[in-house]
Amino acid sequence: MTHRTVRRGPATHTHPAPGSAPEPILRIHDAQLRFGRRVVWHGLDLDVSPGEFIAVLGPNGSGKTSLLKVLLGQNRLHSGSAEIAGHPVRSGSRAVGYVPQQRGVDPQTPLRARDLVRLGIDGDRWGLGLPSRKITAQVDRLLASVGALDYADAPVGTLSGGELQRLRLAQALASDPRVLLCDEPLLSLDITHQHLVARLLDEQRRERDTAILFVTHEINPILPYVDRVLYIVGGHFLVGCPHEVITTAALTRLYGYPVEVVEAAGRLLIVGGDDEGAHHPAQDGSAA
Amino acid sequence: MSELGELFTFEDYGELLGLVANSILAAALLGVVGGLVSVFVVARDIPFAVHGVSELSFAGAGFALLVGWDVVTGSIVGSLIAALIIGLGGTKAGQRNAITGVLMPFGLGLGILFLALYDGRAANKFGLLTGQIVAITPAQLRLLVVCAVIVLAALAVMWRPLMFASVDGEVARARGVPVGALSIAFMLVLGLAVALSVQVVGVLLVLALLVTPAAAASQVSANPFVVPVLSVVFATVSSVGGILIALGSPIVPISPFVTTISFAIYLVCRAWGARRMRRLGRQRSRREATLDRHSSLRAG
Repeated sequence: MTHRTVRRGPATHTHPAPGSAPEPILRIHDAQLRFGRRVVWHGLDLDVSPGEFIAVLGPNGSGKTSLLKVLLGQNRLHSGSAEIAGHPVRSGSRAVGYVPQQRGVDPQTPLRARDLVRLGIDGDRWGLGLPSRKITAQVDRLLASVGALDYADAPVGTLSGGELQRLRLAQALASDPRVLLCDEPLLSLDITHQHLVARLLDEQRRERDTAILFVTHEINPILPYVDRVLYIVGGHFLVGCPHEVITTAALTRLYGYPVEVVEAAGRLLIVGGDDEGAHHPAQDGSAA
Repeated sequence: MSELGELFTFEDYGELLGLVANSILAAALLGVVGGLVSVFVVARDIPFAVHGVSELSFAGAGFALLVGWDVVTGSIVGSLIAALIIGLGGTKAGQRNAITGVLMPFGLGLGILFLALYDGRAANKFGLLTGQIVAITPAQLRLLVVCAVIVLAALAVMWRPLMFASVDGEVARARGVPVGALSIAFMLVLGLAVALSVQVVGVLLVLALLVTPAAAASQVSANPFVVPVLSVVFATVSSVGGILIALGSPIVPISPFVTTISFAIYLVCRAWGARRMRRLGRQRSRREATLDRHSSLRAG
């Protein structure tokens, strides 16, 4: 896998006229999030262009998942604003797609792979949802886009974690969203599937010009594709391209104590940043 | 053989059939309701809540018996109260199980109290626990039909979002599905279905009609249209079949036949399902083995 030069700002390769900055699809302005009296973060400004791939990094409990929930209309900002495609964020918007963490599915779940993808098209509508040729064709196109046609009719309960995540990506793309929110979708996948899902995400955002906000503990599988990083620590932020933000100097300033970034074999390792994930699981749960 | 002869006497079968036509109708109705509701009981993994609701249904029926109200109405009221408490209090699986576990002995205790105070026919008491459908009155049948129609209508309206919320609540919520409201609505539907089932198989055996049919169906298929249909067929064969066999036996009540048929269907499906799962597991291994040839990876 080759490394592209990573630029600051919008991913210009997705736009025909570089230089003319496109209208941001996602705008967060002076946003503050609180839970009760605890300020999770404040003063967040972020404009995301169509097709831009943003990695959201930070230790447990820093409010990464809470940021996604704000954009899903499930957490309310204490102050400031968040807009997607020119409208204030709200629950159930079809302009937003959501890919969750990998979770197993009960083997007895009465759905096939294609039925799970279909839920992304019309699962929110009332009624029985009887089969229709038009929807089946749409589901087939979505399955093809993540290379899942060969297990289209397999029960979801018999799929591997990686296969499920490809379906969840297809499901999230079903409403042709302008912004795709991903909450650690590569967690607990094997290496091959981590690379595959990351590459599929990259392919789809280029094809559809969909912006991606990707919350993760581990940037390496997505590093070749990421345009900018939003790094949150203790309520403070750093935004910029990976090679600006993920440096020993920048992260030491952000954390307020010595953190070292080591580059080895094309991978970035953050040492001392409490990034391993297992240290404060309870804290993360309360912020989620 | 002579012992079996005492258990089963299929004399005057046709005449008996006429007498229990109402019961057969009620059983068929319950087959449809139980078959469909059980799909979600299995998908949402809440058999324990079903059992908890049924024991409060028993308390409601016992209370109605004691004060001279209609028993079916009493059991419906008891079910709905229990369903609402579990639905409101238990949004997470762990909480729900704890609330159910707390509620269940209380309901059963109340029921036992009411029956102890009741000095009417003992058969009425026993019927609540093990089923009493043969004794169903036309007025009760009408009430059961009304409840069944409400359950079916509610399921028809909320089927798709309820399935979404049941299999992937987090994503459904992100899509704007009212996951919490649907959970409570489904508990109320479940409450009505439990009250219906109590009339046929009794408090102790409702799981045979509200869990087993879909548990069996989902062993043999994952097609979201085939599973409910199979589940309805299994539930109806169990409930109606149970009555038809029990008619030939003056001694044994209906419920053992219903539960035995239901269990036998499950065993057959389970055996079939084990082979099916092995085959699907092999297919998955083959796919995983050739994953590195995926077109998107090759491009890199």
